[in-house]
Amino acid sequence: MYEIRIHCRGGEGGVTAARLIALAAFRDGRYAMAWPFYGAERRGAPVVSFVRIDDRPIRVYSQISNPDLVVVLDPTVMDVVDVYHGLKPGGIVLLNAPGAGQVPGHRTYTVDLTGIALTLNLVIAGSPVLDTSVVGAVAKLGIIAMDSAKRAVAEMFPDERNVRAAEAAYQGLVV
Amino acid sequence: MLTIATGNKAVAAAVRELHPAVIAAYPITPQTEIVEQIAAYVTSGELDSRYIPVESEHSAMAACIGASATGSRTFTATSSHGLLYMHEMVNWAAGARLPIVMANVNRAIGPGWNIWAEHTDAFQERDTGWLQVYVSTVQEAFDTTIMAFRIAEHEDVLLPVMVNLDGFLLSHSMQSLQTFAPGDFVPPLSLPHAIDTANPAGYGMLTGPGDYFRFRWEIERSMRRATAVIAGTEQEFARRFGRTYGVAEEYRYDDADVVVIAMGTLGKEAEVAVDTLRTEGVKAGSLRIRWFRPFPVLDLGGRDLVVIDRDYSFGFGGVIAGSLKAKFRADPYSVIAGLGGQEVTFDDIAGFVRDRRPGEEHWFGVDGNV
Amino acid sequence: MLVVPACCTSVIQGIFPHTAVNVPVYNIAFAAAAACASGMSEALRKAGKKTNVVVYAGDGGTVDIGIQALSGAFERGTDLLYVCYDNEAYSNTGMQRSGATPAGAWTTTTPAGKSQVKKDFDAIVAAHNPPYMATACVAYPQDIFRKVGKALSIRGPTFLHVLAPCPTGWRFSSDLTMEIGRLAVKSGMWILYEREYGKVTINAVSKAAIRNPIPIEDYLAPQGRFRGISRKAVDTLRSQAGRMAERLQRQEDGVC
Repeated sequence: MYEIRIHCRGGEGGVTAARLIALAAFRDGRYAMAWPFYGAERRGAPVVSFVRIDDRPIRVYSQISNPDLVVVLDPTVMDVVDVYHGLKPGGIVLLNAPGAGQVPGHRTYTVDLTGIALTLNLVIAGSPVLDTSVVGAVAKLGIIAMDSAKRAVAEMFPDERNVRAAEAAYQGLVV
Repeated sequence: MLTIATGNKAVAAAVRELHPAVIAAYPITPQTEIVEQIAAYVTSGELDSRYIPVESEHSAMAACIGASATGSRTFTATSSHGLLYMHEMVNWAAGARLPIVMANVNRAIGPGWNIWAEHTDAFQERDTGWLQVYVSTVQEAFDTTIMAFRIAEHEDVLLPVMVNLDGFLLSHSMQSLQTFAPGDFVPPLSLPHAIDTANPAGYGMLTGPGDYFRFRWEIERSMRRATAVIAGTEQEFARRFGRTYGVAEEYRYDDADVVVIAMGTLGKEAEVAVDTLRTEGVKAGSLRIRWFRPFPVLDLGGRDLVVIDRDYSFGFGGVIAGSLKAKFRADPYSVIAGLGGQEVTFDDIAGFVRDRRPGEEHWFGVDGNV
Repeated sequence: MLVVPACCTSVIQGIFPHTAVNVPVYNIAFAAAAACASGMSEALRKAGKKTNVVVYAGDGGTVDIGIQALSGAFERGTDLLYVCYDNEAYSNTGMQRSGATPAGAWTTTTPAGKSQVKKDFDAIVAAHNPPYMATACVAYPQDIFRKVGKALSIRGPTFLHVLAPCPTGWRFSSDLTMEIGRLAVKSGMWILYEREYGKVTINAVSKAAIRNPIPIEDYLAPQGRFRGISRKAVDTLRSQAGRMAERLQRQEDGVC
């Protein structure tokens, strides 16, 4: 079973990102479960979302304590939340950040999701759209197939800029 | 159609297949997605129900009662405080013998305000004459909602049915879902006592001490008949659509020495604990109770029982544990866990089994209570 | 002390063990705020205490599920201040329509725009003849301050109805909140006035707006919730605003 934990703030698309990844895994022919843990329901509060992917039906509903992959859509959340908590040895961190960044002790990948959103003018109510692009980055990491990722994005979001954002993230992932 | 959806969306998708004439509902976290999806279906024309955005839950059930009394199929959804606010009307619906189907997204009761999963809300309605079923996967939520309408509207039942799904854990979790049109598996509603202006009658009138008790017995008689209707419905469902559920789902049960009994998602996660324990040489099994009303006849054998109650009846004990003791003279290790969305993992569940002390009660997480 | 039913403020207060508010806040069930406040007010006054009891509720908890309790409290002449901050939907639960949602507005339960008009709740409150009631808007904070002070100085049931534009629900960028509030007033869609012992005074900025309103379209255009609003719905909004203004003007003039 592959376990992903996504950190961001309410309104930034963490829940949708989890659902897109799960949908892509599902289109890959695998079992997947995606769900959020809501704290106080309001914009700006730290939110955690989870994805489990497996080749057998998933029967676990409790939170992921030892993720294989930690995705941080909003690095400011790191000031208040220990996003690496429980990350498996050898686990991966994927950060929304421009340029390369290394987190000591963890294999880190960065991709400028915010930059991609702004370039494509994918902004809703003042917030750059991060969920449709991050799926492309997760595909680049080999967790889901890119075709399935693009298909999932297109299914949930008809505006084709979203698929372009996923492609840009796929290309833009920095090791 | 094969897709991926949350528990809430699965319920809404099932309702769409059954096109109730009237849906009256009021928003409350974590039910809101059901109501929003239904509103979207109605707006797009996929669902030709009349949707009434009522001003409170009490009014939601009252509106459903009114609609149902005319012989129309009705549906509503709520959670926690919403369910409690409609409590008077919940009682009324069963007493009026109306086959209303309601989805309840299980959530704890305040104060303090708590939006996370707990079963005490639905258990507050356990004496009302409503049938109650608890689901644990998105597919089961869809399938069971379909079955709920058939069971409620069956001439031997004619009682309302509550479909329960854990708040956030299932309502907001996305899993695979196969939707389908039930066709004549759920025939049109034919309500024998529907209001008929050609044959005017008084409904729910003043009823004296010499007569009232007979109506109460009628409810119970239908509740007892419901057991056979549920079994028949589930068999027919399995035959037509390929999935079997039952009043309780057994996992590695037959040769088990110790059984974990729980409802909802905990009942499903318990299977993972069972697998862990089996690798340790413990002959564990699990029993996920689905139909809570009518309370099922269970063959518990001589097994050790570890009962997890995601609920409590103050001054008495866990409701499932208490029910098993009363019905089957069981002596379970009663664990109170998961209240207000308290995190309970398969490791914790395996721990309950390893540490079990039959006949005792253990409040998970409370200091000094090991 | 504040009495807060289920609403956005339930969340904004913070989560146990912290509170962000420097006065006692009593959280209560959705339908019960004014009833709970009634009990508190009676108990405090009996004990000879002058503590202000203030209900602080959203529009859903006021005009829909909370209407019964409010009506009872006002009919009994209860000494309390009821503040309704109106973001025109059930926002805490994710933006479902309420009785306070205007015609034509998108919400999650009115995806094609609400067909019914906004409930004229001020008229309902006025029918209880409270000693003081007023409307306000977050874009005019000093006006709010003055009106709260006025309300608290009066014994008996007082009501303050505050328009609170919601960036998330109304679909506009959060830096425009004050501007949207001003547009609401300047277009006449929200009228600032006071009713003291039955006597109506329309506040200056609304007087000017009634004489010379900016087009309603200027208020609707920046809000995503009104995108694609029909001509018919715009006309409904305009005529409803016009009728409210006329009626208030007649009441102010004492002709009515």
